[in-house]
Amino acid sequence: MSISSSKVSITQYNVQGKLNSQIIDTIADGLTKHTIADIDQQVLERAVGWTSFDKPFQPEFSGSSFVYGNYFVFSLRIDKKNIAAKILKKLYTIEAARRMSESGRDYLSKTEKKLVKDHVQNALCLRIPATPNIYDVVWNFEESSLWFFSNLKAANEELETLFSKSFRLSLLRIFPYTAADIYSNLKDSQRDELLNISPTQFVK
Amino acid sequence: MLDIAVAYNRYKFLGEEFLTWLWYIIEKNQNLLKSFDQNFVALEVGNRIVFENRRKESAERITIKGEGAGLEEGVLALKNGALVTELNMVYRSAELVWQFTLKGESLNISSLSIPQTDLPESDEDLEGYVLEKLFLYDKSLQFLKNLFAHFVKLRISNDWQGKEIATIRKWIQSS
Repeated sequence: MSISSSKVSITQYNVQGKLNSQIIDTIADGLTKHTIADIDQQVLERAVGWTSFDKPFQPEFSGSSFVYGNYFVFSLRIDKKNIAAKILKKLYTIEAARRMSESGRDYLSKTEKKLVKDHVQNALCLRIPATPNIYDVVWNFEESSLWFFSNLKAANEELETLFSKSFRLSLLRIFPYTAADIYSNLKDSQRDELLNISPTQFVK
Repeated sequence: MLDIAVAYNRYKFLGEEFLTWLWYIIEKNQNLLKSFDQNFVALEVGNRIVFENRRKESAERITIKGEGAGLEEGVLALKNGALVTELNMVYRSAELVWQFTLKGESLNISSLSIPQTDLPESDEDLEGYVLEKLFLYDKSLQFLKNLFAHFVKLRISNDWQGKEIATIRKWIQSS
């Protein structure tokens, strides 16, 4: 989902930890090292990595191309080859029949069945182009806050893992407890109160 | 800080109480909202409000959809002990309008639309275009952030038990 979409979903994060020096270079380095790899015409079924916000199919992080004012803007791209189960089954059945005919047997061993399945899957992966899903990331470095333009659980988990690998910083998701703790600037006594509150009964 | 998974489940109710309180504020105390935005015009219930009643043996969920939909059923749900779990809102500031849905348990934002901006005509315009978009996203997120921070301070204060709950109860019963 993109910043430019007419309607967006946003999951908010607090960035935990600090980069001490050469911030832009360090971030550019993390983005470059974990740039999405092209898996078309390869047997790989799935790839996850960073891409450029403005050129999601030609990722490039040189200079300060991902810096917009006080924000770092880039995207998480998840490429996946969607193989329909029915196509997989059809080609598996044809290939299994061919192998049985060649060997003169009317059965395949468990190992042979697995080999046939892998062979068919790999052949399909080589032919099918990956479907890209792109989710924008907006990082306000000074405020240690980050917006991820998706509420999808799987996409958020990929973001958290890749972010930690790329920058050695962790992402703390904003939800009621973390928002109360981070946004409300509570004193110690108020923090104790927060730990002890229980649900309100609005009706008796 | 508490373990994250524990904290998420333990404090779901805080987000849902926030939305329930916010519905009351929208209906009865727009003046309070002015203190969070100099150019504040209005905050209104949008096209969707979801209630959940966990006091019943099997949690009951009620969704009210549609622009200007009657909220009588919602009030009835509150009277039966439900809380607001998702709220779609229209936020007006100066001459601009935002609309979004906020989910109580996660504070996730969905269906967020911001005021329209001009598309960039060249690569040179891109930075200005992005910054304008980010400013507009930030405006609505800051508003919600400040509102939530205000609610949390109220929620853990003596005023919550002493005053606010009684006022909200009165509103629920009289609606």
